[in-house]
This record gives sequence, C-alpha cells and structure tokens, in this order.
Amino acid sequence: MSFSEVVRFALRGLAANKLRSSLTMLGILIGVAAVILLVAVGNGSARAISDRIEALGTNTITVMSTSRGGSALTKDMADSLVDPVLAPDVKSVSPVVSASATVTYEGADHDVNSFVGTTPGWFAASNTPVARGAAFTQDDEAQGRRVVVIGPTVAEELFPGIDPIGAQVTVGGALFTVIGVLDQKASTGFQDANDTAVAPLTAVRQVLTGYGSLNSIVVEAAAPGKVDAVQSQVSAILEQKLGNSTSYRLQNASQLLQTQTATADTFTTLLGAVAAISLLVGGIGITNIMLVTVTERTREIGIRKALGAPRRTILTQFLIEATLLSVIGGALGVVAALVGSSFEIVGVRPVIVPSSVGLALGVSIAIGLFFGGLPAARAARLRPIDALRYE
Amino acid sequence: MSGPVLDVRDLWKIYGEGEATVHALRGVTLTVERGDYVAIMGSSGSGKSTLMNILGALDVPTSGAYLLDGVDVSKLADRQLALARNRLIGFIFQAFNLIPRTSAVANVELPLAYAGVRPKERRRRALEALETVGLADRARHEPNQLSGGQQQRVAVARALVTEPALLLADEPTGNLDTRSTEDVLQVFDRLSAAGRTIVLITHEPEVGARTKRLIRLVDGRIVHDVRQAALTR
Repeated sequence: MSFSEVVRFALRGLAANKLRSSLTMLGILIGVAAVILLVAVGNGSARAISDRIEALGTNTITVMSTSRGGSALTKDMADSLVDPVLAPDVKSVSPVVSASATVTYEGADHDVNSFVGTTPGWFAASNTPVARGAAFTQDDEAQGRRVVVIGPTVAEELFPGIDPIGAQVTVGGALFTVIGVLDQKASTGFQDANDTAVAPLTAVRQVLTGYGSLNSIVVEAAAPGKVDAVQSQVSAILEQKLGNSTSYRLQNASQLLQTQTATADTFTTLLGAVAAISLLVGGIGITNIMLVTVTERTREIGIRKALGAPRRTILTQFLIEATLLSVIGGALGVVAALVGSSFEIVGVRPVIVPSSVGLALGVSIAIGLFFGGLPAARAARLRPIDALRYE
Repeated sequence: MSGPVLDVRDLWKIYGEGEATVHALRGVTLTVERGDYVAIMGSSGSGKSTLMNILGALDVPTSGAYLLDGVDVSKLADRQLALARNRLIGFIFQAFNLIPRTSAVANVELPLAYAGVRPKERRRRALEALETVGLADRARHEPNQLSGGQQQRVAVARALVTEPALLLADEPTGNLDTRSTEDVLQVFDRLSAAGRTIVLITHEPEVGARTKRLIRLVDGRIVHDVRQAALTR
C-alpha cells in the first residue's frame, strides 16, 4: 500500500468528522497564535521603550532642576562644566530653557508645548537632527539672532503644504525667522515630542523666559562608555559649586535604558509564560481529542485489521491524521499571529520573535504527534478480536 | 492447489486462570475441503464464536495447529498474519462492521487497498463484487443509508472481493429479519454454487439446513458432523 494511499485514508478520516477536526485545529491555532502574538507584544513594547529612550540621546546626562522657584542652575554653572581639567570627558554642554509659547504665522496660531532655547551643541547631544534647512550656529547664538528651528508638528499646523523655511513667525511679540524643520522623533510619554521649536538661548531668554535660571543642562559625553565617568565629573563640579545636592538631579539616559529594558524583558517573560499556559491548555485539548478519537475508533481499527491491514499501515494512518491536525492548526496559528501582529495591540506595535514561532509550532506538533501516536500505537497492537470487542 | 482449505488439529482455547478458567475449546479437530459449505451450530457458550475467531485469524489458540490453505497460521508474525487475513480469508461479522461514514464501494475496496491493488482495478472489482450481491445501484450509499440486509450484503461483497480461499461468516443473519436473512442466504447459495468455500456459524436451524455439512458444537467439542443434501428451492 503506497504512502499517498495512506495519506488519502487519513484525509478521509479527518473529513469524516469535520466539526471535531476543525475544533481541534482551532484549539491548536489559538494556542500557537497566543504564544507568538503575546511574545511579539512584549517584544514590541520593549522595542518601543528603548526607541523612546534612545531618542533622548544615550550619550548624555541631563542635569535637571528639582526646586521649583529660583532654580540653582545658571548659565555660569553650565559654563563651568566645560572644564578640560575637572571634566575631561565632556564633549559638549548645552544649557536649556524652555517655555510654552504661541507661534503665529499670517493669522494662524499654534501653541507650542516646549519652546526651547539652547546652544547649537544641543541638536547633536539630544539626538535631534534637522531634517530640512539648517540648525542655528554658534554665531547666531552669540548674536542673539531671532531664528527658529520648528518641529514637524508645528510645521504641519502653521505651514500646511507650504515650505516654512524663510517664513517669519511671531513668538511672544517678536519676529523669528524659520531656518529649519526637525526630523520626526519617537514620542516620550504622552507629550508630542514633535510639537516643539528650538531657538538660540540668548534670543529665547530675551523674548520669552527672561534671564533667570535654566531648566536643565544637557551634558554630552565624548563616548558612550564615558557616560558614567562624565556623570561623576559633573556631580563633583556641581557639588563644589552648590554644596546642596537636593536642588538638582542627574538623569543618565543609558541607565534609564538599562532599567527600562530589564523591565520590558520581565514583561515579555511574563506574557510568554501566560501564553505558554494557553499553549499547554491547547495541548491538553489536543491530547484529549486524540485519545477520544482513537478510543472511539478502536473498533474501526479492529475492522481494518480483520480486513488485512498491517499494524504499520494503521499506525501511519493515525499518525498522519494527528500530524495533519497539528500542522495545519499550527500553520494557521502562525498565519493568524502574523496577521494579528500587523495591528497595534494596546498601543504597542508587536514585533515577532522568530524563535517563538518555531517553539510554539514545534510544541504543538510534538504534542499532536505524541498523544495522537501513542493511543494509535496501542490500538494497532491489539489483537483484532480485542479491538473489535472494544466498547 | 489441492488439499483441504482448513485443517484444524486438536485446538484448545483457555480463558482466564485458576478458579476462573474457562475452556472455550477442548480439542477441536476439523478439516474443510475446497468448495464445501459448512454450518457450525451450537448453543451460546458452546465455543463456536471462539472457533470462528481463531479460524479467521482474529484470535490465537492456546494450543493446537491451524493450517489455512496449507499455511500454519499459528506460527505467523503480525505482518504475515495481516497478509493471510487479507488474501486467504473473507470474514463476515454478525454486526456487519462496515466503516462508518464511508460509501459502500469504498468499504468493499478497503481489503483491495490493503492488498495494494491499483485504484482503477480496485474500483472495477469492488463494483463487480457489489453486482454479485445485487447492490450495484447502492455503491455510493453510506452504511447508515442502507438497511441491515443491504449492509450485510455489502459486508459479503467486501469479504469476497479479494477472492479468498475461505469465506467465514459469524452469525451473518443474527441481526437480520426474515426477508433480509433470505437475501443474504441466497447470496451464500449462489457463492457456494460458484465453488466458494464457506464456513458459517448460526444458531438458526433453517440456516443450518441449507448447507452441505452440519457441525454441532457442545462445550467446546464437536459432537455431530453430518453431510446433508443441500435443500433445493
């Protein structure tokens, strides 16, 4: 008896009970799809978090003011951090002031969340490249020229379909010339990171914020490996200047990244465990159906043996039935997971982990084969008369 | 080929152990020649079903020799045993034992499939066998769409499609009404007239009366073995 013949027998066996076959497949489908998709969601959220943190710039340390009113951070302090002796690993220091402001262009106005005043080094340090036009220069900053680089959201709001470069906008009663548009950036938290505008520090202080304290100072390290060294150098200098270390806080992006990644990994593991349980439950379902199927068909096995079917042919038939069920169910599960992963799930874009596909598929097929094969092997070994008498 | 189709020598079958031991067969010796038509009768518990199952190679005897067409079946391994069931024996059950949700012609084709016959040839022979039992027009029906008598005739067609040396029928009319019984027995008569070797079990005297040879079994022993003139209808 040829192999294709046995396959046809198996197909006929599956078709003989379509509802049960399809329900079994559905069980495997859900198990496999759940594992792949949940792991993908975990992985996707981890990826999203690390993207956001990397968008902040991983080579930087941010000195943030913690006291609300008169902040301890001043322009002098920022300047003192540029010190080749005490802080040799510092590449650049960018003092930052920011305020919300209304930008007006030809009657249209737009409230910008954070209108940032800083120095040219900030663009590189904060990982915020300019997409079109140019960033302002050291000279612009020194002369206090009223030029501004706007974020993509601002560009869309004020200049729909128009090239904003060269246009004059009004901010806080003063005219600023748009010289560039920032690149799209992944948003951190709830705020739209693209709803921003960046201008020279001197100009912003003059027009918007006044000459008070700074909001933060962004310190860029010379290399990613030097971030920790820079952190201790910066804190040493600040300690010396301020003494009181509660009025400012150092935020280290790479530390943040590590913590967040670890959290996200835990999250992925947790989701994977939940999904694995669902696969296990699905597997028990397969096992149950296979047991019932074979037990119910023990009589049929007896008839087939009485008609002269060799043990191997019977075993092969049942193994192929089990394999088809689990392979088709598993493959459909993979397809379902792939389709599902193209949608956003709870705000996360899932990223498929290839190994989870292999693992889920492998486990479901192994379960199907083992628990389909075992009772079939037992039944095929029975003497035909015992199999026929089986009720 | 010459010699008896069936040659059974001193067959014993013992179930259970100790106190609960049951001697189903106590030394049955029997030969059946080619072309014979034999009925084995006996009350329930006389061991006739046990004998039939052993003759059909569905069960193994505790001791004794069983030669089927000159082959000692009791010494065969699983593979050869399957081959013997397929080529040498056509078995007809009391409960029909058709594969459910499978058409009549597919049921009849089954033994040929296990024998490795090509699909086209298989279909032709299966339809021929159904023709023989008068069910050619029901080839596409599934067992649950057929009456008991029709199901049993499909089972007969399935048993004879491989042209086996021996047709064994275990109470073939036990589950049938008078009309269907007559249908099935007529098929047997025709097959016997065509030279087939048939051994059947029954407890109905009128079925036994139609055969050429009547064997009566009591408590696992043959007590009666008479030739009789086949009744003519």
